[in-house]
Amino acid sequence: METITSIKPLLAVLVSLCVVPLLMSSRSPNVREAWTFVAASAKFLIVASMLPVVFNGFEIVYTVAEVIPGVAIKFRVDALGMLFALVSSSLWIVTSVYSIGYMRGLKEHSQTRYFCFFALALSATIGVAFSANLLTLYLFYEMLSFATYPLVTHHQDEEARSSGRKYLLYIVGTSIGFVLPAMLISYNLSGTLEFSRQGFLAGTGSRGLTGVLLVLIVFGFAKAAIMPFHSWLPAAMVAPTPVSALLHAVAVVKVGVFSVVRVLTGVFGINLLISFDFGPFIIFVASATILVGSFIALSQDNLKRLLAFSTIAQLSYIVLGVGLLSPQGMTGGMVHIAMHAFGKITLFFCAGAIFVATGKRNISEMIGIGRRMPVTMTAFFIASLSITGLPPCGGFISKWYLVLGSLQAHQMPVLFVLLVSSLLNAAYFMPIVYKAFFCTPQEAMFEKGVKEAPAFCVVPLVITALISMVLLFYPQPFFGLADMMVKSITGG
Amino acid sequence: MSQHYPALLVIVPLLSAFLISAAGWLNKRLCFPIAVAALSVACFSSVLLLFQVLDEKVVLYKLGGWSPPWGIAYSVDYLNGLVLVVVSVVALLNLIATQRNVEQEFSEKIGAFYTLYILFVTGLLGIVVTGDAFNLYVLLEIASLTGYGLIAMGENRAPLATLNYLYMGTIGASFYLLGIGYLYIVTGSLNMADISAILPSLYHSKTVLAAFVICIVGVWLKMAFFPLHAWLPNAYTYAPSAVSSLIAPLMTKVIIYVMIRLMLTVFTPKYIFSTLNVSDSIVWIAVIAIVMGAILALGQRNLKKMLAYIIVAEVGYMVGGAWLGNRAGMTGAILHIANDALMTLCVFLVVGNIVYKVKGYAFEDLKGLFRKMPFTMGAFVVGAMSIIGVPPTCGFFSKWYLISGAIQAGHYGFMVALLFSSLVNVILFFRVIEISYYEPFENHHGQESHPGKIAEAPLTMLVPLLIVAAGLVVVGVYTGDIVNHIIEFAIPKGIV
Amino acid sequence: MSDLIPFIVAKYNYWIYITLMMIGLYAMIAKNNLVKKIVGMNIFQTAIILFYVSIGAKKGATIPIIEHAHGDAHGAVSHTIEIAHYINPLPHVLMLTAIVVSVATLGVALALAIKVYNRHKTLEEDEIIDQIKGI
Repeated sequence: METITSIKPLLAVLVSLCVVPLLMSSRSPNVREAWTFVAASAKFLIVASMLPVVFNGFEIVYTVAEVIPGVAIKFRVDALGMLFALVSSSLWIVTSVYSIGYMRGLKEHSQTRYFCFFALALSATIGVAFSANLLTLYLFYEMLSFATYPLVTHHQDEEARSSGRKYLLYIVGTSIGFVLPAMLISYNLSGTLEFSRQGFLAGTGSRGLTGVLLVLIVFGFAKAAIMPFHSWLPAAMVAPTPVSALLHAVAVVKVGVFSVVRVLTGVFGINLLISFDFGPFIIFVASATILVGSFIALSQDNLKRLLAFSTIAQLSYIVLGVGLLSPQGMTGGMVHIAMHAFGKITLFFCAGAIFVATGKRNISEMIGIGRRMPVTMTAFFIASLSITGLPPCGGFISKWYLVLGSLQAHQMPVLFVLLVSSLLNAAYFMPIVYKAFFCTPQEAMFEKGVKEAPAFCVVPLVITALISMVLLFYPQPFFGLADMMVKSITGG
Repeated sequence: MSQHYPALLVIVPLLSAFLISAAGWLNKRLCFPIAVAALSVACFSSVLLLFQVLDEKVVLYKLGGWSPPWGIAYSVDYLNGLVLVVVSVVALLNLIATQRNVEQEFSEKIGAFYTLYILFVTGLLGIVVTGDAFNLYVLLEIASLTGYGLIAMGENRAPLATLNYLYMGTIGASFYLLGIGYLYIVTGSLNMADISAILPSLYHSKTVLAAFVICIVGVWLKMAFFPLHAWLPNAYTYAPSAVSSLIAPLMTKVIIYVMIRLMLTVFTPKYIFSTLNVSDSIVWIAVIAIVMGAILALGQRNLKKMLAYIIVAEVGYMVGGAWLGNRAGMTGAILHIANDALMTLCVFLVVGNIVYKVKGYAFEDLKGLFRKMPFTMGAFVVGAMSIIGVPPTCGFFSKWYLISGAIQAGHYGFMVALLFSSLVNVILFFRVIEISYYEPFENHHGQESHPGKIAEAPLTMLVPLLIVAAGLVVVGVYTGDIVNHIIEFAIPKGIV
Repeated sequence: MSDLIPFIVAKYNYWIYITLMMIGLYAMIAKNNLVKKIVGMNIFQTAIILFYVSIGAKKGATIPIIEHAHGDAHGAVSHTIEIAHYINPLPHVLMLTAIVVSVATLGVALALAIKVYNRHKTLEEDEIIDQIKGI
């Protein structure tokens, strides 16, 4: 595959870093939010401008500095990175709008800090998407961990403090304790950390050592929330909703999964995983997380916690897809990055909108709310269909491909897992929708005058819900990118 | 002019120390500018000297024209060229950054303070630049004696802590002197290069072994290598803040340089790693040092002492890395001398700023500091990241080389210790960050960004601090160049 | 036993310096009084100075000034210089510096002791520690 050297990937990372001083120095909220908006749009445009190049079969490369012999801080834009960058940068624009509505609606404190770290976190996310080697990926992964800490603990109270502790302990503990040694051992085995199509570990270590590395990496990227390293995610739900929405449904967790996918394909390589027969291990871990996560979600009353457990389960779909090691399974997994992002962010937006409008967090208090907030709850309904994997929503495509993939890989138990999980998804989402629209008696629990949240909150969630639907009929460019990536990995 | 840089480096600060002393009597306001000028010259010459080394490999300066081994020679190669730059830059930055601290903490003794300060730096620069083993002892004592004086200027418990430091430091230096005496008995020379040329035929001599053991123990005492660290935490804690941020980054690091110099130049790697069969055990002691340093740091309830124990652990990093016996480990140790000096400077300058505004450094004094001093605390976070080892700060890269060395040497204990210490550092620093970020608890809901009262340290303190913090990232990004162009040549070819 | 005595006697200078050193070290570790510790430290340093001085000495040798070398070309040729006839001056010269260092250390240490005394009104270490803990 031919490469082009261009500074664009670096620009895409830097654009939101550069806006931080502007955010800090801007005096009025309007100016500050305007800058956020400008940065978000600029970032999206830069990312989008690289899309045709990637579609034409080129890779964009940019080296910043060689820090360790054979390893540089280096960016490479390929199909998978493009897919992820496109998802996160487009959702940043939407979330910025939503943040403005949410933060103003609740008159939150320290909004400048909030927008600054949000911008930082987005830089790190794009950095992860475009990293060309494991070191660069680790760099931005850690940057994201620390940049999101002030966001998660935004409220600065006891609860935020203990959640923040848990968050850091899991995320940083695993990345230093597991990923760092794995990275160093890989470097000493192969002398490089550059992601390659076949994986750079191929033919360097024994099955046992490779297995250890695999375990370290799969669990080490704890942002992917694979059990038993998942419990930071529900804890992190103390954050303001836009943070939960973008970071804990899209950026942070997706960075985790993206890293796992990237390492499985670029470091180990599909062929190595097949020849050492590691697929079943990944499938087992992912399936267990899917089922357990869904079951726990069933028992939640706090809407954001429910969504958190749902996220844990959904993330493992992506890992599962790659673990199937069959082309269609992998395509399904990668497309699910996009599909789940749009669906889940809508759900979080809805939860936030309900909180802004009514101050309610628990599902049991939301009975009959559909009458007061019809637009929000309709969006909620659409998004939950998408997550469940039902038409007319984009989630259907990814699940369909996962099913095809498991058939292709002759993994019948996976089929069962997918089926049960879909049923469970329906079982925890549909009652919410039903109660919201069809149960009237409790409507008295809302104060008079409760209606839709401010337009800044509602418009974004309508947009993302619509996109979720459109993606079924027009899944480009995400599907094309995933397809390209899988073809280049499998060589077919 | 250009051939005199090695001498200028030492002479200019030495003479200006006397000038400052005189100025202290006449007009106290003159002291600071003279000190800055002296260290700027030193800084300037050390940087030019490094460039000269990059061209000529070794710069030899014969003091008084006497050629070695009879005369004292200053010899600068890649290894001390790098360390010289680190020492002079750190000393200069700290001098500027702590001017206000000095005025606040002992305004009457400004003359004495700056005299000692410059003499201390002279001593350190001399230790690094000299190629003569006995000369090193003298300069070591100059640095130590002035160091005692500086530390003793601190608060209540400082004199006693200094006295304990003095006992241990004197024993350490005396041991070093004794070891050099044994080396002199067998080789008849005090010039480092000369000794290493004579030694190979004497590798199996018991006297050389005795010399080696005594020297190394002396040096360990001075660098506070666990379990010989007992003097360090109190001395560094009770010292005035302007002194802690000078001595903590430099003293231990320079002594580690001395150890590496002894290993690489005086006793030669062949003797150290092949003839003696001790490197594995020493790395294990380093492992214990790292683990114990980390654990002891966990038990502290004040910021300065916590940082002091982190230094004990960091010393373990460098000693362990140097004794791994491979190129990666040695690279890590040398790189960490520079990186650790910078990051320790960063965090201790933060302490200086906090002391300046809050008059305390116990954990309870840190409450609400993120709101009050956002830039200082921002720099603290960067320093903390570097000590934890988060890329792209420089601390990550030295840790990378150290762990890489451990893997290559098959010494997994050392690898685990380094990872353990990183994790403990996360806890240590985030405990501090939590206190200064959350407390005092308030209910923030429903308050549109209420006016936080920012009470930052003055710009003269803040700007150097931010430069250091930015430097941590810049040095991190340029690690590749530092290793490829300097450290690569500092390590003898024999070590692979 | 009969071997041991010549062994000790032949290298008596080493035994003396080691004994002195240990006395000094003992005082530094075991004594409770800060000034006694300082005295111990000084003994310790002196031991090393004596060690250096002793290694430069030679039996029957003289000070290192070459005789009959002044102005007379014939004399210089006829008197070849036997190194064994002269003691090695270098260690002694070095010790001049070391003595200066040790005196300076002593001075600093005593000054510190005075400072400690002014603050705590005692020089006994255990009492000072009690005071600090009491505060």
